[in-house]
Amino acid sequence: MHRSPPALSRRHFLLLGVSSAAASLVGQPLAAAGLQAPQDSLSGRGAAGTLRDPSVVGRPRQPTAIRGDEAEIQAIEQRLACSCGCTLDVFTCRTTDFTCTYSPDLHREVLALRDEGKNAQEILDAFVSKYGEKALMAPKPEGVINLTGYLLPGALIAAAGAGLALFITRRKAAVAAVTASATPPLPMGAHVSAEELERLRRALADIED
Amino acid sequence: MTLLGQFALWAAFALGLWCVLLSFSGRWQGRPDLSASVVRSIYAISGCLLVASLALWKGLISHDFNMEYVAAYTSRNLPNAYIFSAFWAGQKGSLLFWAVVLSLFASAAQLLTSRRFAYLMPYVAGVTAAVITFFVSVMIFAADPFERLAFTPADGRGLNPQLQNVGMIIHPPMLYLGYISLTIPFAFAMAALLSRRLDTGWIHAMRKWTLVSWLFLAIGITLGMWWAYVELGWGGYWAWDPVENASLLPWLTMTAFLHSVMIQEKRGMLKRWNFSLVIGTFLLSIFGTFITRSGVIASVHSFTQSNVGYFFLAFLVIVAVLSFTLLYTRWDLLEADVRLESVVSREAAFLFNNLLLVGIAFSVLWGTLFPILSELVRGTKITVGVPFFNRVNVPLGLLLLGLTGVGPLIAWRKASTANLQRQFIAPVISGLITLGALLAVGVRDFYATVALSLAGFVAGTIVQEFYRGVRARRRMHGESIPLAFGRLIGRNRRRYGGYIVHVAVLIYFVAFAGMAFKREQEATLKPGDSVEMTSPFGHRYRFTHMGISQYEALNRIVSAATVEVAKDGKSLGLMTSEKRQHVDSFKRPTFEPSTEVGIRSNLQEDVYIVYAGSVDGTEEAVYRFNINPLVWWVWFGGFVLALGGVLTMWPGGGPTSSVSRQVQAGYEVTLVGAGKD
Repeated sequence: MHRSPPALSRRHFLLLGVSSAAASLVGQPLAAAGLQAPQDSLSGRGAAGTLRDPSVVGRPRQPTAIRGDEAEIQAIEQRLACSCGCTLDVFTCRTTDFTCTYSPDLHREVLALRDEGKNAQEILDAFVSKYGEKALMAPKPEGVINLTGYLLPGALIAAAGAGLALFITRRKAAVAAVTASATPPLPMGAHVSAEELERLRRALADIED
Repeated sequence: MTLLGQFALWAAFALGLWCVLLSFSGRWQGRPDLSASVVRSIYAISGCLLVASLALWKGLISHDFNMEYVAAYTSRNLPNAYIFSAFWAGQKGSLLFWAVVLSLFASAAQLLTSRRFAYLMPYVAGVTAAVITFFVSVMIFAADPFERLAFTPADGRGLNPQLQNVGMIIHPPMLYLGYISLTIPFAFAMAALLSRRLDTGWIHAMRKWTLVSWLFLAIGITLGMWWAYVELGWGGYWAWDPVENASLLPWLTMTAFLHSVMIQEKRGMLKRWNFSLVIGTFLLSIFGTFITRSGVIASVHSFTQSNVGYFFLAFLVIVAVLSFTLLYTRWDLLEADVRLESVVSREAAFLFNNLLLVGIAFSVLWGTLFPILSELVRGTKITVGVPFFNRVNVPLGLLLLGLTGVGPLIAWRKASTANLQRQFIAPVISGLITLGALLAVGVRDFYATVALSLAGFVAGTIVQEFYRGVRARRRMHGESIPLAFGRLIGRNRRRYGGYIVHVAVLIYFVAFAGMAFKREQEATLKPGDSVEMTSPFGHRYRFTHMGISQYEALNRIVSAATVEVAKDGKSLGLMTSEKRQHVDSFKRPTFEPSTEVGIRSNLQEDVYIVYAGSVDGTEEAVYRFNINPLVWWVWFGGFVLALGGVLTMWPGGGPTSSVSRQVQAGYEVTLVGAGKD
């Protein structure tokens, strides 16, 4: 026999009480506490185009400015580091981390400098003079320290490679002398037993493996 | 349960000290009872740490919010899978995870290693016990996972939303397994040095462990890339973040070791270098742990800052000093059996490959530490981000890719001009055809063109190797092509498994080159508005914003932005990207809202949609649309790499067993030992 569920179970009643208390404590409306049926704010339903709970989508956004130099702005911002600690560039951060309050401000600064007629390099220089070199995603390749940063790994590898090649070449002569004094190879046609051939076959297989 | 856990930790600590003292005092030598005691201590430590782990899991599952760790990383409404994975989500739990897995690896090393290497095992037990004891001591004295709170919260804080992803259930354990298992090769190397048994025995004893570590690291790194791609929402999979770099460093040096150890096995060379690589790799794994846990360098992956960083720094310095001092004292015993004879030889190619791998590792380490060094020297803070790493490392990576194709083509010992011509002609033509095709279709990006052309060259090398192998088998045994192909791999797993790994490497490089052509666009759309983008492959995409729906799920409030996607005028269906506000069981927000990106992937390109936010609480949405070329191939490359790695370490298959191999002086293989029979 089908038994209809009670209008309000004990568990639901308890949850209602706890949630009401919690909601009143944290100042949230009961609706947000999840006891009402989920509502949908798809276009054309409910308040026209308004989210039911804007607080859960993060910081309100400004509409993206439509500009003719959008690609250039993007390229500039990809060379500027966001200062929120995300390790991303300004463009990536402001289009990804919607909780970041730094990258939108930095974006506005870029737009303002661009509107003043500055080119990409001048904008980057302006950021460096205002925020220091850490504003750039990579240090400028100038000055002893920075150049060392860029060039040291490659220089070390090149030097080690050249040293290795030189070392091997010099060894070559010594090895040739050792080989010359070693036991001469068997003459062509010398008798080789089947056992020795089998040993040779196994040894070569080892080498090729 | 917390008392039991703490007791188990203390017991493991005491047993670890016993094992270390006995091992390094050498008193077990000539005393089978003490030798057995050393080994049994490892099993006992494993048992203690398993008990501690079960105690922590019990606390997590039973929502014991009086435990600080449980309250910090779980909540009542957290899905069960993430309650399970919360074990390694935080600093303290991950330390316990590290210790228990290491103890299990140490036990497995004792159980699985052949009795022929019994002379190494007490030392192996001692070294592994020393590392375990270090981790246990960090927990006991600085990061107790069983710490109790003065009060019991009604609910926990929950797990960081970015960790609530299936990738985070498997990615960290895989990476940890890689890091942790590096201790075993290190222990064998130390055991060989301590016992002065410096032949190739220790290499044979630990070969599988090196492959296991390398494979786990590789899988962990690839899974980490996948997690970053689907979860962090910035549109890429590798950002040269310090913690990403820290995982790459030991993988690079271990890859170098896997190549150079072949030279030691075949020619008796590079003994000192191989010891140095194993020690360096282990130190880099500890260095990575130090970076992740100390907060010394900013990273999105870092654990909460704590004083455990000092423990790791001290441990790093002590291990470095002790192990390199030990190596120095055995220096004279590690003379090479033979010398390199020619720059144009496979040995030399392997050496240059080693040089590049270690050089890239240095370069990555250098870039990671450069902000600190620069600030120390100049007093100026700088950012070392993606452009720096790309500028320094991309040329080195391309050189390495080239060598991947060159190495197998050069003969051992010394290659003749005729040999070089015969070997290189097909791969070079393959590379040139690729270059021509790229130029013909209008590809002009320098690095991408070089990478793809080199990939063509490497592909030519690998195909030629397989072709010649199959042809030789068909001639010798009259086998069909599929049978010859299967047996070629089955009988030479190490060699052809390695070539499959090379295939994976070239797939990776092709996929990485693809990202040079990614397209991204930001757009603010009202419901019904559209934006269009053209992909690098020439497809025209149209994105139409349908609206935003909000609903509640188990532990979050979801705002889902829906986009209709059309490709070349044909609808592909709907894609959603979400904002998730996680809440505890009282519906209180626990973390900042997080993003779930929408991804549609195919062999050519990924459509990647990020819902970045809403304008003034309306359905007018700010999006970032990315078209990312060839990303699918990164994950496929990971699969191929894992396949090659497993094949390489799969037991059996060779024409001769590995232990029967002897170090051979040059090619004097024919009559070595002939007179002794």
